[in-house]
Amino acid sequence: MAKHQTPLLDQLETGPWPSFVSDIKQEADRRAANPDGIEYQIPVDCPEDLLGVLELSYKEKETHWKHGGIVGVFGYGGGVIGRYCDQPEKFPGVAHFHTMRVNQPSGKYYTTKFLRDLCDIWDMRGSGLTNMHGSTGDIVFLGTTTPQLEEIFFELTHNMNTDLGGSGSNLRTPADCLGQSRCEFACYDTQAVCHALTNEYQDELHRPAFPYKFKFKFDGCPNGCVASIARSDFSVIGTWKDDIRIDQEAVKAYVGGEFKPNAGAHSGRDWGKFDIVAEVVDRCPTNCMSYDGSKLSIDNKECTRCMHCINVMPRALKVGKETGATILCGAKAPILDGAQMASMLVPFVPVEDPYDEIKEVIENIWDWWMEEGKNRERLGETMKRLGFQKLLEVTNTPAMPQHVKEPRNNPYIFFKEDEVPGGWSRDINEFRKRHLR
Amino acid sequence: MSEDAKKQIIEFLEGKKGKTKFYFNDFTKIFPDMKAREVKKLLTELVKEQKIEYWSSGSTTMYGLAGAGKQHATEEGE
Ligand code: HEM
Ligand code: HEM
Ligand code: SF4
Ligand code: SF4
Repeated sequence: MAKHQTPLLDQLETGPWPSFVSDIKQEADRRAANPDGIEYQIPVDCPEDLLGVLELSYKEKETHWKHGGIVGVFGYGGGVIGRYCDQPEKFPGVAHFHTMRVNQPSGKYYTTKFLRDLCDIWDMRGSGLTNMHGSTGDIVFLGTTTPQLEEIFFELTHNMNTDLGGSGSNLRTPADCLGQSRCEFACYDTQAVCHALTNEYQDELHRPAFPYKFKFKFDGCPNGCVASIARSDFSVIGTWKDDIRIDQEAVKAYVGGEFKPNAGAHSGRDWGKFDIVAEVVDRCPTNCMSYDGSKLSIDNKECTRCMHCINVMPRALKVGKETGATILCGAKAPILDGAQMASMLVPFVPVEDPYDEIKEVIENIWDWWMEEGKNRERLGETMKRLGFQKLLEVTNTPAMPQHVKEPRNNPYIFFKEDEVPGGWSRDINEFRKRHLR
Repeated sequence: MSEDAKKQIIEFLEGKKGKTKFYFNDFTKIFPDMKAREVKKLLTELVKEQKIEYWSSGSTTMYGLAGAGKQHATEEGE
């Protein structure tokens, strides 16, 4: 018999998708039965009270959660988010129900032991409920009490060799795609950079001093499996400088039906015979491909690295050999001014340990944004307010045609006098001799 | 030098009546000639010495004197 009646939540379980309501009920039952004899350190029925308070919110259309507080672990300004219920008497199990963010492994690679150990800590010291993973990428532990925070932190750092993630005005936990570990498209080792920069910027991750949150994300290629271009203030996307490598024999094999396009994906229905012109050449967004019936050609200087042709024919086409990354800045979700995608800042950087070229750009941006950014202003908003050209200036990036997205939208890079041979000065009398008023 | 600066931070916080939580850039304004990262080091030391503490909403973080003002949302006076 459930502790609280939850007719509105129960309805959510009737839909076609797996429901979080069922998950919470399952955890509530398991905690009540306690088959593993766990010594619960927080109220055993907190999942029941969580359902109860949610039902109440659905009924009254009002939240009963209060945000924020000084809760945290000693010396860290992030990683713990204070959450308190404003109906503690009705729902004592969730009176204090803080969220903890745990740094996920690069590429989200887990061993089953690591997962079990995480769950063991959380079954005993928390609600048992997790969110794998939160929008930033972290492992999210949902709901514990203040006295458990240091205990959990100790176990994570001493026994599991991991750490809390970022929250508040911090560098947020960096995230990456699985990159070269499994993906032949990866133009650099995303996991290596993600790991290296996470270690390098520990102070920024745990001790908040930015105007607002700041996120790094690393995609190994323009397919963007972590969607860094939309989800991070500082997006690093793999790319290449030289030509797409073409294996003409393999192209023929695709045309002849020997290889399945898209490596067999989208094969749930019959699309007919593979048509290289309709499905690849005509779909190239820059029209830079041609096929003469036996040979595929690419005018590489026009290619925008959209990945379409490579995705369709991965055995015939490969990214170039001179690989690195493009840096883009300023994406954000729509709190102020609407959502914004990142703007391209550095077209190409080599991505090699110790990643000095990338760190230099990051640190120049931080120095500027920490100085000029308003409170609660994302980098993308500072860029918009002070101008993209200012960002070029503070990162010592020369203006180039690739920075102009659409001439009518972002048209002008203004030259300064000292950038122009001869400057602006002219002899007005000489000028007037030649040009009548 | 750094002890003097830390004292200045504490005096600034004690001098603010009615307000207990401050943004990072309130502190950089006290030291216009110092780099933001230097100011941050001072604040970190003060946190370690338990003289000041972080306050976080989850999305934004502020600083205040240890124990001053609301400690968590239960004291929001609602
Ligand atoms: C080599 C010579 C020239 C160059 C490089 C040049 C370049 C440009 C550029 C870059 C723009 C802005 C385009 C845009 O924002 O979409 C522009 C606009 C314009 N130019 Fe020129 N221009 C040249 C000669 C001329 C001449 C000789 C005239 C008139 C007699 C002229 C009339 C205009 C006008 C009216 C516009 C505004 C068009 C509009 O608002 O749609 N241009 N020009
Ligand atoms: C009664 C006469 C005219 C009227 C009512 C008129 C009206 C306008 C209007 C409403 C615009 C658009 C302004 C905007 O985009 O905000 C415009 C743009 C323009 N007009 Fe006229 N116009 C007149 C005469 C002329 C003449 C005689 C010329 C050239 C000799 C001229 C050249 C232009 C040019 C080059 C633009 C584009 C400016 C830009 O894109 O920045 N106009 N005009
Ligand atoms: S972003 Fe590119 S490199 Fe990374 S996993 Fe996706 S396809 Fe592979
Ligand atoms: S990657 Fe995209 S832009 Fe480049 S050739 Fe292939 S389809 Fe065209």
